Amino acid sequence: MMIELKEINKDYHLGLETVHALRGVDLNIDNNEYVAIMGPSGSGKSTLMNLLGCLDTPSSGLYMLNGSDVSDMDDNALAEIRNREIGFVFQNFNLLPRASALHNVELPLIYNGTPSSKRRDLAEEALTKVGLKDRMHHRPNELSGGQRQRVAVARALVNNPSIILADEPTGNLDTRTGDEIMDLFETLHDNGNTIILVTHEEYIAEHSDRIIRLRDGRVERDEAV
Amino acid sequence: MRASEFVVQLRENLVIALDVIRNHKMRSFLTLLGVIIGVMSIIGVQSLIEGFQKSIHQQMEQLGANVFQVQKFPVNIGHDERDKYRNRKDITWEHAKAIEKYCTAVERVGPEAWHFEIIVKYRDRKTSPMNVMAGGTPEFFANNSYFIDGGRAFSEVDVQQKADVAVIGKDIIDALFPFEDPLGKFILADGRRYQVIGTLEEMGSRFGNSEDNKVVIPLSTFLKYYGSYRSLNITVQATSVDMMETAQEQVIGVLRAVRKVPPGEDNDFEIWTSNSLIKSFNDITRAVRIGALVIVSFSLLVAGIGIMNIMLVSIRERTREIGVRMAIGAKRGDIRMQFLIEAIFLSVIGGLFGILIGVGLGQLIALISPVPAAIPVFTILLGFVVCVAVGVIFGVVPAVKASKMDPITALRYE
Repeated sequence: MMIELKEINKDYHLGLETVHALRGVDLNIDNNEYVAIMGPSGSGKSTLMNLLGCLDTPSSGLYMLNGSDVSDMDDNALAEIRNREIGFVFQNFNLLPRASALHNVELPLIYNGTPSSKRRDLAEEALTKVGLKDRMHHRPNELSGGQRQRVAVARALVNNPSIILADEPTGNLDTRTGDEIMDLFETLHDNGNTIILVTHEEYIAEHSDRIIRLRDGRVERDEAV
Repeated sequence: MRASEFVVQLRENLVIALDVIRNHKMRSFLTLLGVIIGVMSIIGVQSLIEGFQKSIHQQMEQLGANVFQVQKFPVNIGHDERDKYRNRKDITWEHAKAIEKYCTAVERVGPEAWHFEIIVKYRDRKTSPMNVMAGGTPEFFANNSYFIDGGRAFSEVDVQQKADVAVIGKDIIDALFPFEDPLGKFILADGRRYQVIGTLEEMGSRFGNSEDNKVVIPLSTFLKYYGSYRSLNITVQATSVDMMETAQEQVIGVLRAVRKVPPGEDNDFEIWTSNSLIKSFNDITRAVRIGALVIVSFSLLVAGIGIMNIMLVSIRERTREIGVRMAIGAKRGDIRMQFLIEAIFLSVIGGLFGILIGVGLGQLIALISPVPAAIPVFTILLGFVVCVAVGVIFGVVPAVKASKMDPITALRYE
């Protein structure tokens, strides 16, 4: 099992009030699954994604990621897990504006000390996978939105992570470019990657094999497409 | 963090830092300006002082490194302190004769006396009142490194006869004899008539004062006119530089005996060499240096605050970047290091420019003033270290602030 969540609770304290963002979520995601997480705003969708992405830890419950318990790791251990196991794709790409595509893709490798020649090879390989090898020396502002998101996907892939976590990856793209990105995810999935997609667009979610719907911090429905 | 990892990240951080400076030229320049001015002042001031010191040392050596002086009062004392020494016996011509007779390590002994602020006249011309009258023996000239340019120095015979003859310096010649040969002419110095028998070679200035304003007459003549109840200075030339200490010991022994100083009591006279003058001069310059350093540190404090400010702005602007870096695996320590290195880099770049400009300024001043150039190597190193320190000290707060950001909030920051 790639991901195992047991009785996950996440509470936020806003002044005197406690917000229960997640209430007892149980969830298993297997290797090479293609899952979409859906839900209206306030459903706990973002909280779940932050937990899955190891950006945050649950208030209670168990989170096993690729065999290790990440529920109460410290900041440094979480940073290493993110570096090794998670590839993030964000709605607004989040590339470094003044770095070339190549350098952006190399970034995760810098934080695990990969030597520069190997870094370059791996980054080129990832950019080849997303079809941007010929654009690797361009800066983000010299690339189209779709190309930028491809660079972001390459960055997510470069460390060969356990899961690719995409948060509204087509939210800033027009329909046609969005479809291209979804095709890219399809290909990655076919190549054996595990993909978790967070979206509120039904037609985007339908690209996945399984849709998990959240409401009020609980899993409302969990079904195959 | 492993060493290799550190190197990888250090390189990355330097590239980023350079990139940030390149992309915010104006802002970086203004921030750097503080450091540049601070370091420039340190280097500039120090190289000036060092150059000045060098020139003093050179001039002191011209004085004759194997010559020392015996006198009644210590050199560097104020008027109040003088009272303490007033009861000492005067130093007399007899003492000089005793030194000459008993000290084997001594080459030449010259008793002398001085009278300051005299006016010298020749016909209708007159000098400023800033000239100096010296009474000496023939040894006076060698012991003081005064060289005869024309005519002759006075002789033992002149001294015995209390002759009214004078050897005069270049300033006085220029003022009184612009178109004439001074030799053989009669001048009025401090109201008395002397025949000019010799002229002194031009000496330039020592400690910023002209050395060419001297009227040198036989000591006997001097005592005749200015009174013989006075303490003399005695210049003593040792047989060589190596014999300086021996000569001084001999002189002290002879003087204690002649002046009947009881054993165990302090000398009731002072011996000083240009070395002791160099030492007291060095003490003064050290104080000036430290003072300058303190003042300049304030400008570096301001520079540091500038760096801290710009780093805080930069971190705010790059919140998203920090979020992204954390999301893809940067640890808090990595982020802290990144911004710390950026602050140090900024400060050091400023420091390097400051050093360059400071050294250049020092050379320029040396070029247009009589102070010789000196490159204060130690100060340059110090300046460099100080820049790193400024970067660290004022970079820590912003860097820690950046490292404490919550990645989720940082990623959402607009």
